[in-house]
Amino acid sequence: MLEVRGLHAGYGQVAVLRGVDLDVAKGEIVALLGANGAGKSTLNNNLCGIYGPTAGRIRFLGEDICGAATDRIVDVGLIQVPEGRRVFPNLSVQDNLELGSYRRGRKNRARNLERVYGIFPRLKERMNQLAGTLSGGEQQMLAIGRGLMADPELLILDEPSLGLSPLLVEEMFGLIQRLNQDGLSILLVEQNVVQSLAIAHRAFVLEHGVIAMSGPAAALMNDPGLKASYLGM
Amino acid sequence: MLELSILLPAILNGLTTGAIYALIALGLTLIYGVLHIINFAHGSLLMLALYGVFFLHSLFGIDPYLALPIAAAALFAVGYGLQRLIIGHASHGKDENILLVTLGLSVIIENLALYLWRSDTRTIDTPYSFEVVDFGVAFIPVPKVIAFFGALLVAALLWLLMARTDLGRAIRALAKERQGAKLVGINVEHIFAMSFGIGCACLGVAACLLLPSFYVSPQVGHAFVLVAFTVVVLGGMGSFVGALLGGLIIGVTESLGGLFLGESLGQLGIFLIFIIVLLFRPTGLLGQRA
Repeated sequence: MLEVRGLHAGYGQVAVLRGVDLDVAKGEIVALLGANGAGKSTLNNNLCGIYGPTAGRIRFLGEDICGAATDRIVDVGLIQVPEGRRVFPNLSVQDNLELGSYRRGRKNRARNLERVYGIFPRLKERMNQLAGTLSGGEQQMLAIGRGLMADPELLILDEPSLGLSPLLVEEMFGLIQRLNQDGLSILLVEQNVVQSLAIAHRAFVLEHGVIAMSGPAAALMNDPGLKASYLGM
Repeated sequence: MLELSILLPAILNGLTTGAIYALIALGLTLIYGVLHIINFAHGSLLMLALYGVFFLHSLFGIDPYLALPIAAAALFAVGYGLQRLIIGHASHGKDENILLVTLGLSVIIENLALYLWRSDTRTIDTPYSFEVVDFGVAFIPVPKVIAFFGALLVAALLWLLMARTDLGRAIRALAKERQGAKLVGINVEHIFAMSFGIGCACLGVAACLLLPSFYVSPQVGHAFVLVAFTVVVLGGMGSFVGALLGGLIIGVTESLGGLFLGESLGQLGIFLIFIIVLLFRPTGLLGQRA
Protein backbone atom coordinates (compact mmCIF):
# COMPACT_ATOMS: atom_id res chain seq x y z
CA MET A 1 0.00 0.00 0.00
CA LEU A 2 2.94 2.32 0.69
CA GLU A 3 5.66 2.48 -1.91
CA VAL A 4 8.74 4.67 -1.55
CA ARG A 5 11.23 4.80 -4.42
CA GLY A 6 14.57 6.59 -4.60
CA LEU A 7 13.67 9.11 -1.95
CA HIS A 8 16.15 11.92 -1.41
CA ALA A 9 15.55 14.46 1.33
CA GLY A 10 17.36 16.68 3.77
CA TYR A 11 17.49 20.04 5.46
CA GLY A 12 18.89 22.89 3.37
CA GLN A 13 22.24 21.76 1.99
CA VAL A 14 22.45 18.71 4.24
CA ALA A 15 21.32 15.52 2.50
CA VAL A 16 19.93 13.05 5.01
CA LEU A 17 18.17 10.50 2.82
CA ARG A 18 20.09 9.38 -0.25
CA GLY A 19 17.83 7.15 -2.28
CA VAL A 20 15.56 5.21 0.05
CA ASP A 21 13.35 2.38 -1.23
CA LEU A 22 10.74 0.99 1.10
CA ASP A 23 7.32 -0.57 0.92
CA VAL A 24 4.56 -1.77 3.18
CA ALA A 25 1.83 -4.20 2.11
CA LYS A 26 -1.68 -4.32 3.54
CA GLY A 27 -1.94 -6.14 6.87
CA GLU A 28 1.79 -6.07 7.61
CA ILE A 29 3.86 -4.80 10.47
CA VAL A 30 6.99 -3.45 8.85
CA ALA A 31 9.82 -2.35 11.11
CA LEU A 32 12.08 0.51 10.07
CA LEU A 33 15.21 0.19 12.18
CA GLY A 34 18.26 2.34 12.51
CA ALA A 35 20.49 4.16 14.94
CA ASN A 36 20.01 7.76 16.01
CA GLY A 37 20.76 10.02 13.07
CA ALA A 38 20.27 7.33 10.45
CA GLY A 39 17.43 9.36 8.93
CA LYS A 40 14.37 7.59 10.35
CA SER A 41 12.62 10.75 11.48
CA THR A 42 13.48 12.57 8.27
CA LEU A 43 11.93 9.74 6.28
CA ASN A 44 8.88 9.87 8.50
CA ASN A 45 8.42 13.60 8.20
CA ASN A 46 8.69 13.37 4.43
CA LEU A 47 6.10 10.60 4.31
CA CYS A 48 3.67 12.75 6.29
CA GLY A 49 4.21 15.98 4.42
CA ILE A 50 5.92 17.96 7.17
CA TYR A 51 8.84 18.36 4.77
CA GLY A 52 8.95 17.91 1.01
CA PRO A 53 11.51 15.50 -0.44
CA THR A 54 14.07 16.75 -2.96
CA ALA A 55 13.68 13.75 -5.26
CA GLY A 56 11.98 10.41 -5.46
CA ARG A 57 8.47 9.01 -5.36
CA ILE A 58 5.98 8.20 -2.62
CA ARG A 59 2.79 6.38 -3.53
CA PHE A 60 0.08 5.40 -1.08
CA LEU A 61 -2.91 3.25 -2.10
CA GLY A 62 -2.13 4.10 -5.70
CA GLU A 63 -2.02 7.85 -5.14
CA ASP A 64 1.04 10.02 -5.53
CA ILE A 65 1.50 11.77 -2.19
CA CYS A 66 5.08 12.93 -2.67
CA GLY A 67 5.29 16.51 -1.41
CA ALA A 68 1.55 16.68 -0.66
CA ALA A 69 0.28 18.79 2.26
CA THR A 70 -0.20 17.14 5.64
CA ASP A 71 -3.99 17.45 5.58
CA ARG A 72 -4.22 15.65 2.24
CA ILE A 73 -2.02 12.85 3.51
CA VAL A 74 -4.28 12.47 6.55
CA ASP A 75 -7.24 12.39 4.14
CA VAL A 76 -5.87 9.32 2.32
CA GLY A 77 -5.41 7.49 5.63
CA LEU A 78 -1.67 7.65 6.21
CA ILE A 79 -1.47 8.62 9.87
CA GLN A 80 1.65 9.24 11.94
CA VAL A 81 1.94 8.87 15.69
CA PRO A 82 4.95 11.10 16.15
CA GLU A 83 8.04 10.69 18.22
CA GLY A 84 7.65 12.61 21.46
CA ARG A 85 3.85 12.07 21.29
CA ARG A 86 3.02 15.67 20.35
CA VAL A 87 -0.30 15.54 22.20
CA PHE A 88 -2.09 18.85 22.80
CA PRO A 89 -1.10 19.59 26.41
CA ASN A 90 -3.72 22.33 26.93
CA LEU A 91 -6.61 20.16 25.76
CA SER A 92 -8.45 17.41 27.61
CA VAL A 93 -7.87 13.76 26.74
CA GLN A 94 -11.26 13.66 25.04
CA ASP A 95 -10.59 16.82 23.03
CA ASN A 96 -7.26 15.35 21.89
CA LEU A 97 -9.02 12.24 20.68
CA GLU A 98 -11.77 14.18 18.95
CA LEU A 99 -9.17 16.20 17.09
CA GLY A 100 -7.75 12.91 15.86
CA SER A 101 -10.80 12.68 13.61
CA TYR A 102 -10.59 16.36 12.61
CA ARG A 103 -10.47 15.53 8.89
CA ARG A 104 -13.15 12.86 9.20
CA GLY A 105 -15.91 15.00 10.67
CA ARG A 106 -18.32 13.33 13.04
CA LYS A 107 -19.06 10.32 10.88
CA ASN A 108 -17.39 7.51 12.81
CA ARG A 109 -16.34 9.60 15.77
CA ALA A 110 -18.54 8.12 18.49
CA ARG A 111 -17.75 4.58 17.39
CA ASN A 112 -14.00 5.23 17.19
CA LEU A 113 -14.02 6.97 20.55
CA GLU A 114 -15.65 3.93 22.10
CA ARG A 115 -13.10 1.67 20.44
CA VAL A 116 -10.14 3.75 21.67
CA TYR A 117 -11.54 3.87 25.19
CA GLY A 118 -12.00 0.10 24.95
CA ILE A 119 -8.34 -0.36 24.05
CA PHE A 120 -7.15 2.17 26.64
CA PRO A 121 -9.50 2.14 29.65
CA ARG A 122 -6.95 4.36 31.37
CA LEU A 123 -7.73 7.15 28.92
CA LYS A 124 -11.43 6.85 29.64
CA GLU A 125 -10.75 7.30 33.36
CA ARG A 126 -8.88 10.50 32.51
CA MET A 127 -11.04 11.78 29.69
CA ASN A 128 -11.48 15.23 31.25
CA GLN A 129 -7.90 15.63 32.41
CA LEU A 130 -5.54 17.92 30.48
CA ALA A 131 -3.21 15.86 28.30
CA GLY A 132 -0.20 17.80 29.59
CA THR A 133 -0.75 16.35 33.07
CA LEU A 134 -0.64 12.71 31.92
CA SER A 135 2.36 10.45 32.50
CA GLY A 136 4.64 9.61 29.60
CA GLY A 137 3.07 6.21 29.09
CA GLU A 138 -0.45 7.66 29.15
CA GLN A 139 0.57 10.33 26.67
CA GLN A 140 1.86 7.62 24.35
CA MET A 141 -1.49 5.82 24.66
CA LEU A 142 -3.23 9.10 23.89
CA ALA A 143 -1.04 9.74 20.85
CA ILE A 144 -1.84 6.27 19.49
CA GLY A 145 -5.51 6.69 20.36
CA ARG A 146 -5.57 10.02 18.54
CA GLY A 147 -4.04 8.29 15.50
CA LEU A 148 -6.68 5.54 15.60
CA MET A 149 -9.43 8.17 15.66
CA ALA A 150 -8.52 9.07 12.07
CA ASP A 151 -9.53 5.64 10.68
CA PRO A 152 -5.97 4.99 9.50
CA GLU A 153 -5.20 2.72 6.56
CA LEU A 154 -1.58 2.69 7.64
CA LEU A 155 -0.36 3.81 11.04
CA ILE A 156 3.22 4.99 11.34
CA LEU A 157 4.48 4.67 14.90
CA ASP A 158 7.62 6.72 15.46
CA GLU A 159 9.61 5.41 18.44
CA PRO A 160 6.56 4.40 20.49
CA SER A 161 8.72 2.74 23.14
CA LEU A 162 10.94 5.78 23.70
CA GLY A 163 11.05 6.87 27.32
CA LEU A 164 8.80 4.08 28.59
CA SER A 165 9.68 1.71 31.44
CA PRO A 166 10.61 -1.87 30.39
CA LEU A 167 7.25 -3.16 31.54
CA LEU A 168 5.38 -0.54 29.52
CA VAL A 169 7.58 -1.23 26.49
CA GLU A 170 6.49 -4.85 26.70
CA GLU A 171 2.84 -3.77 26.83
CA MET A 172 3.35 -1.37 23.95
CA PHE A 173 4.70 -4.06 21.63
CA GLY A 174 1.88 -6.38 22.67
CA LEU A 175 -0.60 -3.67 21.82
CA ILE A 176 0.96 -3.02 18.41
CA GLN A 177 0.65 -6.70 17.62
CA ARG A 178 -3.01 -6.75 18.69
CA LEU A 179 -3.82 -3.69 16.56
CA ASN A 180 -2.22 -5.45 13.62
CA GLN A 181 -4.18 -8.63 14.25
CA ASP A 182 -7.33 -6.51 14.11
CA GLY A 183 -6.36 -5.62 10.55
CA LEU A 184 -4.32 -2.43 10.88
CA SER A 185 -1.19 -2.08 8.76
CA ILE A 186 1.71 -0.64 10.72
CA LEU A 187 5.06 0.92 9.93
CA LEU A 188 7.01 0.69 13.15
CA VAL A 189 9.97 3.05 13.37
CA GLU A 190 12.18 1.91 16.21
CA GLN A 191 15.62 1.71 17.73
CA ASN A 192 14.52 -1.25 19.79
CA VAL A 193 15.73 -3.89 17.34
CA VAL A 194 15.03 -7.18 19.08
CA GLN A 195 11.48 -6.45 20.18
CA SER A 196 10.58 -4.85 16.87
CA LEU A 197 11.83 -7.83 14.87
CA ALA A 198 9.92 -10.14 17.18
CA ILE A 199 6.55 -8.68 16.14
CA ALA A 200 7.30 -7.44 12.60
CA HIS A 201 6.72 -9.36 9.40
CA ARG A 202 9.45 -7.59 7.51
CA ALA A 203 12.06 -5.00 8.33
CA PHE A 204 14.25 -2.35 6.74
CA VAL A 205 17.47 -1.14 8.29
CA LEU A 206 18.38 2.46 7.55
CA GLU A 207 22.03 3.46 7.76
CA HIS A 208 23.45 6.86 6.77
CA GLY A 209 20.43 7.65 4.66
CA VAL A 210 20.22 4.44 2.65
CA ILE A 211 18.56 1.08 3.26
CA ALA A 212 21.44 -1.17 4.32
CA MET A 213 19.44 -4.36 4.86
CA SER A 214 15.91 -5.52 4.34
CA GLY A 215 13.93 -8.73 4.37
CA PRO A 216 11.71 -10.93 6.51
CA ALA A 217 12.08 -10.14 10.19
CA ALA A 218 13.02 -13.68 11.12
CA ALA A 219 15.87 -13.70 8.58
CA LEU A 220 17.20 -10.33 9.76
CA MET A 221 17.12 -11.53 13.34
CA ASN A 222 19.78 -14.11 12.43
CA ASP A 223 21.77 -11.86 10.16
CA PRO A 224 25.38 -11.70 11.38
CA GLY A 225 25.78 -8.13 10.09
CA LEU A 226 22.76 -6.89 12.01
CA LYS A 227 23.83 -8.75 15.13
CA ALA A 228 27.23 -7.13 14.95
CA SER A 229 26.06 -3.56 14.40
CA TYR A 230 22.97 -3.39 16.59
CA LEU A 231 23.11 -6.12 19.15
CA GLY A 232 26.83 -6.11 19.93
CA MET A 233 27.12 -9.82 19.27
CA MET B 1 -17.82 58.50 53.23
CA LEU B 2 -19.27 58.35 49.76
CA GLU B 3 -22.89 57.59 49.40
CA LEU B 4 -23.94 54.42 47.61
CA SER B 5 -26.25 56.47 45.42
CA ILE B 6 -23.17 57.97 43.78
CA LEU B 7 -20.95 54.91 43.94
CA LEU B 8 -23.37 52.34 42.49
CA PRO B 9 -24.18 54.23 39.27
CA ALA B 10 -20.47 54.71 38.69
CA ILE B 11 -19.86 50.99 39.13
CA LEU B 12 -22.75 50.06 36.83
CA ASN B 13 -21.51 52.50 34.22
CA GLY B 14 -18.02 51.10 34.55
CA LEU B 15 -19.31 47.57 34.02
CA THR B 16 -21.04 48.54 30.78
CA THR B 17 -17.89 50.18 29.41
CA GLY B 18 -15.84 47.29 30.75
CA ALA B 19 -17.87 44.75 28.80
CA ILE B 20 -16.92 46.53 25.57
CA TYR B 21 -13.29 46.63 26.63
CA ALA B 22 -13.57 42.92 27.31
CA LEU B 23 -14.98 42.25 23.85
CA ILE B 24 -12.15 44.14 22.17
CA ALA B 25 -9.62 42.46 24.43
CA LEU B 26 -11.09 39.02 23.64
CA GLY B 27 -10.23 39.53 19.99
CA LEU B 28 -6.76 40.70 20.92
CA THR B 29 -6.12 37.82 23.28
CA LEU B 30 -7.42 35.25 20.79
CA ILE B 31 -5.03 36.51 18.14
CA TYR B 32 -2.17 36.64 20.62
CA GLY B 33 -2.91 33.24 22.12
CA VAL B 34 -2.88 31.39 18.82
CA LEU B 35 -0.63 33.37 16.51
CA HIS B 36 1.55 34.99 19.18
CA ILE B 37 0.90 38.21 17.31
CA ILE B 38 0.58 41.43 19.24
CA ASN B 39 -1.83 42.99 16.81
CA PHE B 40 -1.08 46.71 16.66
CA ALA B 41 -3.70 47.09 13.94
CA HIS B 42 -6.47 46.11 16.35
CA GLY B 43 -7.41 49.72 17.10
CA SER B 44 -7.47 50.83 13.48
CA LEU B 45 -9.58 47.83 12.53
CA LEU B 46 -12.05 48.80 15.26
CA MET B 47 -12.07 52.30 13.78
CA LEU B 48 -12.79 50.87 10.31
CA ALA B 49 -15.62 48.82 11.78
CA LEU B 50 -17.07 51.91 13.48
CA TYR B 51 -16.97 53.83 10.18
CA GLY B 52 -18.60 50.86 8.48
CA VAL B 53 -21.45 50.86 10.97
CA PHE B 54 -21.67 54.65 10.79
CA PHE B 55 -22.05 54.65 7.00
CA LEU B 56 -24.49 51.74 7.02
CA HIS B 57 -26.62 53.92 9.27
CA SER B 58 -26.17 57.30 7.60
CA LEU B 59 -26.29 56.10 3.98
CA PHE B 60 -28.68 53.16 4.14
CA GLY B 61 -30.51 53.81 7.39
CA ILE B 62 -29.52 50.45 8.84
CA ASP B 63 -29.74 50.39 12.61
CA PRO B 64 -26.38 49.55 14.27
CA TYR B 65 -27.85 46.54 16.04
CA LEU B 66 -29.28 45.20 12.79
CA ALA B 67 -25.91 45.83 11.15
CA LEU B 68 -24.28 43.46 13.63
CA PRO B 69 -24.17 40.35 11.43
CA ILE B 70 -22.93 42.43 8.49
CA ALA B 71 -20.19 44.10 10.52
CA ALA B 72 -19.09 40.86 12.16
CA ALA B 73 -18.94 39.03 8.81
CA ALA B 74 -17.14 41.92 7.09
CA LEU B 75 -14.53 42.24 9.83
CA PHE B 76 -14.08 38.48 9.83
CA ALA B 77 -13.38 38.60 6.10
CA VAL B 78 -10.97 41.51 6.51
CA GLY B 79 -9.12 39.71 9.31
CA TYR B 80 -8.97 36.40 7.44
CA GLY B 81 -7.68 38.15 4.33
CA LEU B 82 -5.13 40.27 6.18
CA GLN B 83 -3.60 37.23 7.86
CA ARG B 84 -3.69 34.97 4.83
CA LEU B 85 -2.56 37.50 2.23
CA ILE B 86 -0.38 40.01 4.07
CA ILE B 87 0.68 39.22 7.64
CA GLY B 88 1.36 35.51 7.08
CA HIS B 89 3.51 36.20 4.01
CA ALA B 90 5.36 39.20 5.39
CA SER B 91 6.22 37.57 8.70
CA HIS B 92 8.60 34.88 7.38
CA GLY B 93 7.94 33.15 10.67
CA LYS B 94 9.48 35.89 12.80
CA ASP B 95 7.44 37.49 15.58
CA GLU B 96 9.21 40.85 15.37
CA ASN B 97 8.33 41.06 11.67
CA ILE B 98 4.67 40.53 12.46
CA LEU B 99 4.82 43.28 15.06
CA LEU B 100 6.11 45.73 12.47
CA VAL B 101 3.68 44.56 9.80
CA THR B 102 0.65 45.11 12.05
CA LEU B 103 2.07 48.48 13.14
CA GLY B 104 2.53 49.42 9.48
CA LEU B 105 -1.00 48.32 8.68
CA SER B 106 -2.38 50.49 11.46
CA VAL B 107 -0.52 53.54 10.13
CA ILE B 108 -1.83 52.93 6.62
CA ILE B 109 -5.42 52.29 7.67
CA GLU B 110 -5.53 55.30 9.95
CA ASN B 111 -4.11 57.75 7.42
CA LEU B 112 -6.37 56.37 4.75
CA ALA B 113 -9.30 57.10 7.06
CA LEU B 114 -7.99 60.62 7.67
CA TYR B 115 -7.67 61.18 3.94
CA LEU B 116 -11.10 59.78 3.09
CA TRP B 117 -13.21 60.98 5.99
CA ARG B 118 -11.17 63.79 7.63
CA SER B 119 -10.61 63.97 11.33
CA ASP B 120 -14.14 65.11 12.25
CA THR B 121 -15.80 63.34 15.12
CA ARG B 122 -19.08 61.84 13.99
CA THR B 123 -21.99 60.40 15.90
CA ILE B 124 -25.30 58.87 14.95
CA ASP B 125 -28.78 59.55 16.27
CA THR B 126 -31.04 56.66 17.09
CA PRO B 127 -34.50 56.76 18.64
CA TYR B 128 -33.10 55.05 21.74
CA SER B 129 -29.89 57.08 22.11
CA PHE B 130 -31.22 58.97 25.12
CA GLU B 131 -33.52 56.39 26.63
CA VAL B 132 -32.58 54.99 30.01
CA VAL B 133 -33.26 51.88 32.04
CA ASP B 134 -34.08 52.33 35.71
CA PHE B 135 -32.07 49.91 37.83
CA GLY B 136 -33.39 51.30 41.07
CA VAL B 137 -30.00 52.55 42.17
CA ALA B 138 -29.21 54.22 38.87
CA PHE B 139 -30.43 55.15 35.40
CA ILE B 140 -28.31 53.59 32.68
CA PRO B 141 -28.71 54.55 29.01
CA VAL B 142 -30.35 51.81 26.92
CA PRO B 143 -27.42 51.48 24.45
CA LYS B 144 -25.05 50.83 27.35
CA VAL B 145 -27.28 48.14 28.80
CA ILE B 146 -27.53 46.47 25.39
CA ALA B 147 -23.76 46.78 24.97
CA PHE B 148 -23.19 45.12 28.32
CA PHE B 149 -25.41 42.11 27.71
CA GLY B 150 -24.42 41.91 24.05
CA ALA B 151 -20.73 41.75 24.94
CA LEU B 152 -21.35 39.08 27.57
CA LEU B 153 -23.43 37.06 25.10
CA VAL B 154 -20.71 37.23 22.45
CA ALA B 155 -18.09 36.24 25.01
CA ALA B 156 -20.22 33.23 25.95
CA LEU B 157 -20.69 32.27 22.29
CA LEU B 158 -16.97 32.60 21.71
CA TRP B 159 -16.31 30.37 24.69
CA LEU B 160 -18.73 27.76 23.32
CA LEU B 161 -17.02 27.94 19.95
CA MET B 162 -13.62 27.39 21.51
CA ALA B 163 -14.72 24.62 23.87
CA ARG B 164 -17.24 22.64 21.87
CA THR B 165 -16.41 22.77 18.17
CA ASP B 166 -13.66 21.20 16.10
CA LEU B 167 -12.68 24.67 14.93
CA GLY B 168 -12.21 25.80 18.53
CA ARG B 169 -10.27 22.67 19.41
CA ALA B 170 -8.07 23.13 16.37
CA ILE B 171 -7.39 26.76 17.32
CA ARG B 172 -6.43 25.80 20.86
CA ALA B 173 -4.38 22.82 19.70
CA LEU B 174 -2.45 24.92 17.22
CA ALA B 175 -1.65 27.49 19.89
CA LYS B 176 0.47 24.96 21.79
CA GLU B 177 1.49 22.13 19.50
CA ARG B 178 2.00 22.99 15.87
CA GLN B 179 3.58 19.73 14.72
CA GLY B 180 0.91 17.63 16.40
CA ALA B 181 -1.75 19.84 14.82
CA LYS B 182 -0.28 19.30 11.36
CA LEU B 183 -0.24 15.55 11.89
CA VAL B 184 -3.97 15.36 12.61
CA GLY B 185 -4.49 17.24 9.35
CA ILE B 186 -5.07 20.75 10.65
CA ASN B 187 -4.31 23.26 7.91
CA VAL B 188 -2.11 25.69 9.82
CA GLU B 189 -2.47 28.69 7.51
CA HIS B 190 -6.24 28.33 7.41
CA ILE B 191 -6.63 28.06 11.18
CA PHE B 192 -4.26 31.00 11.74
CA ALA B 193 -6.39 33.10 9.42
CA MET B 194 -9.60 31.85 11.05
CA SER B 195 -8.27 32.94 14.46
CA PHE B 196 -7.34 36.36 13.13
CA GLY B 197 -10.73 36.60 11.43
CA ILE B 198 -12.67 35.67 14.57
CA GLY B 199 -10.57 38.11 16.61
CA CYS B 200 -11.50 40.85 14.14
CA ALA B 201 -15.16 39.79 14.06
CA CYS B 202 -15.23 40.69 17.77
CA LEU B 203 -14.34 44.23 16.68
CA GLY B 204 -17.27 44.26 14.26
CA VAL B 205 -19.61 43.34 17.10
CA ALA B 206 -17.97 45.86 19.43
CA ALA B 207 -18.43 48.60 16.83
CA CYS B 208 -22.17 47.92 16.55
CA LEU B 209 -22.61 47.87 20.32
CA LEU B 210 -20.47 50.96 20.76
CA LEU B 211 -21.64 53.41 18.12
CA PRO B 212 -25.10 54.26 19.51
CA SER B 213 -23.47 55.69 22.65
CA PHE B 214 -20.10 56.73 21.26
CA TYR B 215 -18.48 58.50 18.33
CA VAL B 216 -16.16 57.68 15.48
CA SER B 217 -13.05 59.48 14.24
CA PRO B 218 -9.88 58.20 12.58
CA GLN B 219 -8.10 58.17 15.96
CA VAL B 220 -10.86 56.52 17.94
CA GLY B 221 -9.04 53.19 18.04
CA HIS B 222 -6.20 54.51 20.20
CA ALA B 223 -8.30 54.99 23.30
CA PHE B 224 -9.63 51.46 23.12
CA VAL B 225 -6.59 49.57 22.05
CA LEU B 226 -4.39 50.91 24.80
CA VAL B 227 -6.99 49.93 27.36
CA ALA B 228 -7.51 46.57 25.64
CA PHE B 229 -3.79 45.82 25.90
CA THR B 230 -3.99 46.59 29.60
CA VAL B 231 -6.98 44.28 29.92
CA VAL B 232 -5.13 41.48 28.15
CA VAL B 233 -2.07 41.89 30.37
CA LEU B 234 -4.22 42.11 33.50
CA GLY B 235 -6.27 39.05 32.58
CA GLY B 236 -3.28 37.06 31.38
CA MET B 237 -2.08 36.87 27.78
CA GLY B 238 -4.20 34.39 25.86
CA SER B 239 -6.74 33.82 28.65
CA PHE B 240 -10.39 34.22 27.69
CA VAL B 241 -11.93 34.36 31.13
CA GLY B 242 -9.06 36.65 32.09
CA ALA B 243 -9.92 39.07 29.30
CA LEU B 244 -13.56 39.16 30.35
CA LEU B 245 -12.74 39.65 34.01
CA GLY B 246 -9.97 42.13 33.22
CA GLY B 247 -12.29 44.16 30.99
CA LEU B 248 -14.89 44.52 33.71
CA ILE B 249 -12.28 45.39 36.35
CA ILE B 250 -10.71 48.01 34.10
CA GLY B 251 -14.10 49.47 33.21
CA VAL B 252 -15.03 49.89 36.86
CA THR B 253 -11.58 51.24 37.73
CA GLU B 254 -11.86 53.87 35.03
CA SER B 255 -15.32 54.85 36.11
CA LEU B 256 -14.39 55.12 39.81
CA GLY B 257 -11.19 56.94 38.87
CA GLY B 258 -13.31 59.47 37.02
CA LEU B 259 -15.55 59.83 40.04
CA PHE B 260 -12.75 60.43 42.54
CA LEU B 261 -10.13 62.18 40.44
CA GLY B 262 -12.27 63.92 37.87
CA GLU B 263 -13.22 62.75 34.39
CA SER B 264 -9.96 63.66 32.70
CA LEU B 265 -7.87 61.65 35.17
CA GLY B 266 -10.20 58.65 35.08
CA GLN B 267 -7.74 56.50 33.15
CA LEU B 268 -4.99 57.06 35.70
CA GLY B 269 -6.19 54.07 37.73
CA ILE B 270 -6.00 51.79 34.68
CA PHE B 271 -2.33 52.42 34.17
CA LEU B 272 -1.60 52.19 37.87
CA ILE B 273 -3.14 48.72 37.77
CA PHE B 274 -1.16 47.96 34.64
CA ILE B 275 2.13 48.82 36.35
CA ILE B 276 1.24 46.98 39.54
CA VAL B 277 0.30 43.84 37.60
CA LEU B 278 3.54 43.96 35.63
CA LEU B 279 5.52 44.36 38.85
CA PHE B 280 3.85 41.72 40.99
CA ARG B 281 2.05 39.32 38.69
CA PRO B 282 3.48 39.61 35.19
CA THR B 283 1.51 36.56 33.99
CA GLY B 284 -1.75 38.35 34.80
CA LEU B 285 -4.67 37.18 36.91
CA LEU B 286 -5.36 33.98 34.97
CA GLY B 287 -2.35 33.74 32.70
CA GLN B 288 -0.14 30.71 32.38
CA ARG B 289 3.60 30.88 32.39
CA ALA B 290 5.05 31.02 28.90
